[in-house]
Amino acid sequence: MEAQPRLVNAADRMELGLETSTLEGRNKVLGFWVFLGGECALFASLFATYLTLRGQTLNGPTAKELFHLPLVGVATLFLLTSSLTGVLGINAMHQGRRRSLLRWLGVTVLLGLAFLAVQVVEFITYVGEGFGFSTSAFSSAFYALVGFHGGHVAFGVIWISILMLQLKKSGITARKAPKVFIASLYWHFVDVVWVFIFTVVYLMGIMGI
Amino acid sequence: MAKPLEEVLSHPVHTATAPRKRFWLLDYLSTVDHKKIGLMYALIGVFYLIVGGIEALLMRVQLFSPNNHFVSYPLFNQLFTMHGTNMIFFAAMPLIFGLMNLVVPLQIGARDVAFPFMNAVSLWFTFVGALLVNISWFFGDAPSAGWFAYAPIGLNQFNPGHGMDFFIVGLQIAGFGSLMGAINFIATILNMRAPGMTLLRMPLFTWTSLVASGLILFAFPPLTVGLFLYMFDRLFGGHFFDAAMGGNPVLWSHLFWIFGHPEVYIVALPAFGVISEVVATFSRKRIFGYTSMVFATVLIGFIGFMVWVHHMFTVGFGAMADSIFAIATMLIGIPTGIKVFNWLFTMWGGQIRFKTPMMFALGFLPTFVLGGITGVMLSAAPADYQYHGSYFVVAHFHYVLIGGVVFGFFAGLYYWFPKVTGRLMHEGLGHLNFWFMFIGFHLTFFPMHFAGLYGMPRRVPTYNAGVGLEIWNQLSTIGAFVMAVSIVLFAMNVAYAFIRGEKAGNDPWDARTLEWTLPSPVPEYNFAQTPLVRGLDPLWMAKEEGKTTVTPAEPPGPIHMPSNSYLPMVMAVGLFIAGLAAIYHRLFFIVLGLEVIALAMFYHSLNDDEGYHVLPEERALAKGEGA
Amino acid sequence: MRPKHRIGLLLTTAVLLLGLTGCQRADMSVLDPAGPVAKMQLSIIMLSVYIMSGIFVVAMGILLYVLIRYRSRRGQNQPPKQVEGNNVLEAIWTIIPVILLAILAVPTVTTAFALDAKPTGSNVLNVKVKASQFWWQFEYPDLGIVTAQELHIPTGTKVNLQLETTDVMHSFWVPRLAGKTDLIPGRTNTMWIQADQPGEFQGKCAEYCGPSHGVMDFLVVAEDPRQFQAWTDRMKHPQVQPAGDAAVEGEKLFAQNCASCHSVAGTNFKGALGPNLTGFADRIKVAGVLENTDENVRRWISDPAAVKPGTKMPKVPLNEQQISAVAAFLRDLK
Repeated sequence: MEAQPRLVNAADRMELGLETSTLEGRNKVLGFWVFLGGECALFASLFATYLTLRGQTLNGPTAKELFHLPLVGVATLFLLTSSLTGVLGINAMHQGRRRSLLRWLGVTVLLGLAFLAVQVVEFITYVGEGFGFSTSAFSSAFYALVGFHGGHVAFGVIWISILMLQLKKSGITARKAPKVFIASLYWHFVDVVWVFIFTVVYLMGIMGI
Repeated sequence: MAKPLEEVLSHPVHTATAPRKRFWLLDYLSTVDHKKIGLMYALIGVFYLIVGGIEALLMRVQLFSPNNHFVSYPLFNQLFTMHGTNMIFFAAMPLIFGLMNLVVPLQIGARDVAFPFMNAVSLWFTFVGALLVNISWFFGDAPSAGWFAYAPIGLNQFNPGHGMDFFIVGLQIAGFGSLMGAINFIATILNMRAPGMTLLRMPLFTWTSLVASGLILFAFPPLTVGLFLYMFDRLFGGHFFDAAMGGNPVLWSHLFWIFGHPEVYIVALPAFGVISEVVATFSRKRIFGYTSMVFATVLIGFIGFMVWVHHMFTVGFGAMADSIFAIATMLIGIPTGIKVFNWLFTMWGGQIRFKTPMMFALGFLPTFVLGGITGVMLSAAPADYQYHGSYFVVAHFHYVLIGGVVFGFFAGLYYWFPKVTGRLMHEGLGHLNFWFMFIGFHLTFFPMHFAGLYGMPRRVPTYNAGVGLEIWNQLSTIGAFVMAVSIVLFAMNVAYAFIRGEKAGNDPWDARTLEWTLPSPVPEYNFAQTPLVRGLDPLWMAKEEGKTTVTPAEPPGPIHMPSNSYLPMVMAVGLFIAGLAAIYHRLFFIVLGLEVIALAMFYHSLNDDEGYHVLPEERALAKGEGA
Repeated sequence: MRPKHRIGLLLTTAVLLLGLTGCQRADMSVLDPAGPVAKMQLSIIMLSVYIMSGIFVVAMGILLYVLIRYRSRRGQNQPPKQVEGNNVLEAIWTIIPVILLAILAVPTVTTAFALDAKPTGSNVLNVKVKASQFWWQFEYPDLGIVTAQELHIPTGTKVNLQLETTDVMHSFWVPRLAGKTDLIPGRTNTMWIQADQPGEFQGKCAEYCGPSHGVMDFLVVAEDPRQFQAWTDRMKHPQVQPAGDAAVEGEKLFAQNCASCHSVAGTNFKGALGPNLTGFADRIKVAGVLENTDENVRRWISDPAAVKPGTKMPKVPLNEQQISAVAAFLRDLK
């Protein structure tokens, strides 16, 4: 039996940043990682659904006929860049530079909005080509998967915007830091999911794999 | 774990004293205290246990004789759908979350869960989800596609009423609640243990709660996705499950059972944890093979994700798939067996005291072993072709879910009741409650094995006369009413405890874990000083050293408490409005409901509530305890 | 006090168990198989019952011993010795179950593959099974026969079933002949059955399919090959001439009210939505559930939903006398 008390919590052993300087912050960060685990299961289910149904095009267009890769490429560029700006933002937060943090978060939000705009254009184009949500099982599955991701991006945009409001009010504090940190985790996750969507839905669709 | 003192003091102390006392009802509606939340979860669970039980009784009356017309066929289908849905989602889940809330923070020496506010949100989402599914009775029709809601029977074409929409939306909402609850408990257990409580010093109930939370985390998202797709199919013209439009009904079956099978372990594992605590306490012995118990728990959770196809052996996936999933399913028998033998050998060499909690644990053992045995029998795919969809399966999973979860839960309820309320229940009534439940249970469900083997399918409102099925069904019906009596006895016992129950001290059962070092009922901040843990069963270790309580790890100081909030309830109300509006395609109200939620979240996010502090002097004043 | 109750209870259970297996009924019992498929499945069932009973007896034996031997007694002032575990014991109850499960797993796998092998050869009868809410159609593509509710098969012959559904999921179950296979929209499943002895074997739908799931019954009628041959001859060349006045009147009414859904071989009635009624008079059941008597035919026609709620067959606007006429016509379909 040890006589001395020993701190055993995983978070205690982490290299501590401001976001994990309080128990509340450590809980938030850990809890959010756990949440992302659940999100993985969520998107895995959606991918499985898509892969099951993507051949069921009925009379509607197939993936090959439909997808406009240049448009999707632009969207991908926006989203991937936004991950980088997110990292720069967190970097600024760790250095305590609020203005820089706000600026990078602002750029991230704008890039997210640009991505959403491209996606809306893309969807409108597809619907115009006779590829609506109810056209076939394939179309339902496509809009469900890509739409779910789009919904995540939209939520992230709103979330980060609200955080920016708060940061303007209070500055970088031990209470705010974990919130910003987990929002950035979320944003990276959404970005990674997009890489999979781009590969599985668009590239494999165009190449007919 | 408590915050380091200097960190606590560095926060601005908003109120030197706790906020003024609210009227008790308002206090409960706005509470973020895990103990009160746990109590409300348990109340929800017991309420729907009774609702589901009444539905079961109606079905048993109908099945007392063949060609009976006590209820119509369509009504019968609604009854079994609601019975299954209520019992799994709104009785078992809240009961498990209730126990976890009441006990886990106390067992790990924490002052609350990691996210008290979110905890309240989970509770209210569960409440609203259950309400939405159950009020469907009053809106014309209850869902009638079974709790598994197979497509296409649950799609518009075959189920045009709104009942299924209530089912889908309600489950979705309750599912969010469960998911948040799981995240909360994982973070709590990993981050907030008292100093010295390593993972392998955690009580087994905490361990099983942790693993069950992990299962929820990965099992509920497939259900969430499945329900979303179902909702799109029913309400917005999707074609996910409609074979005529290229959809695939088996896809739903997969998504449902990828959730559905782990769900069994989600509710069963914490019950195993309760049994481990109760058996050890009432044998006055350390749990036998603690480490192997932990590994068995983790293994059950892990393999539990790889066996869902055994619910679909008759779908026609072929011999290869059936064989693989048959063997994976059999593997679960091994860690489960380890647990059973460890329980038996915990009692071996002990001093067994037959108090009510122990009676339920002892009733659990043969019952659950029988359920495990039929489980292995069902796993043999070719044999399952015969059992599948018959009353044999009904018998099997009631042995697991009542034998496992309900007996486990009642053991836990009788065990921790004095800790929560400060009162002891009546032992004689408790024993009577147990015997009625035990005998009633076996009378109800043992004959069902035979009904199944003699050719009675599940989910039927009638059965063939003159082929030897009558006697089994009559025994079952009688047994069901005996079980109903046991629930009445339980209610009487609770009433007795509140009116005349003996006062329970800190440790009425001569128990072993941290929660029994606290006063009963537990003060709102749980631990005046965070305890220092030096091994498994810290209280027992202290007793062995002749002490009455566990050494604290910190000097007395101000304790930070989160503030009450009505926002969780407001958010749930918003979700209720949005859900109801979605069912009836009222866009305005959908937006209104979602706006309520968004505003509540926005307000919560912007309004940095620092909570308040309870100071040592106040504690001494309130409780008359020394520092 | 408790342990004694417990022994009594266990003994009762054991007696109950023995008694039950002794007095089984033959009609729909899994335990009384009438063909090789059900026999193979029963052998797995019994193997698992033996293995599992062994485990149950051992575990409950230990439980009983412990409860009697180690209950708390007066004067025990010292707590018992705290034991952490025992590696040897724990290894034993890990390894023995592994061995027992392996014993069960091997025949499980071999039987699964044996059942999955599609029978081939000239002596195999092919039948297409089509399920709808809440009735069964059986089509013999090689013989050009379509019938409903009653599947006639020759004894000693492997019968290949091709299973499809027209609406929701159903499941094909004849407890004495074979376990279930589901019928799933968008999918064609197969299974095979064989009856070793003549007889009528009750079949049930075993996947929940709607309000009348519980009465979606059918019969498998196994006959020796000669009788089966006679049945196929009758089905190919049915007698469709109405005999009496009532039956002639009934034929007219049938043409006006029933023929859009029901067909009868050898007539102009070609409706395809409902069960084929060729050879109706020879059927054992009406609508799969009622004894085939005149009274029941009239009862069924006058209000189908009263027997099978949710059925697609409407209540046709006929008076009692007209219904009797239709029944008389059906009585002549041999």
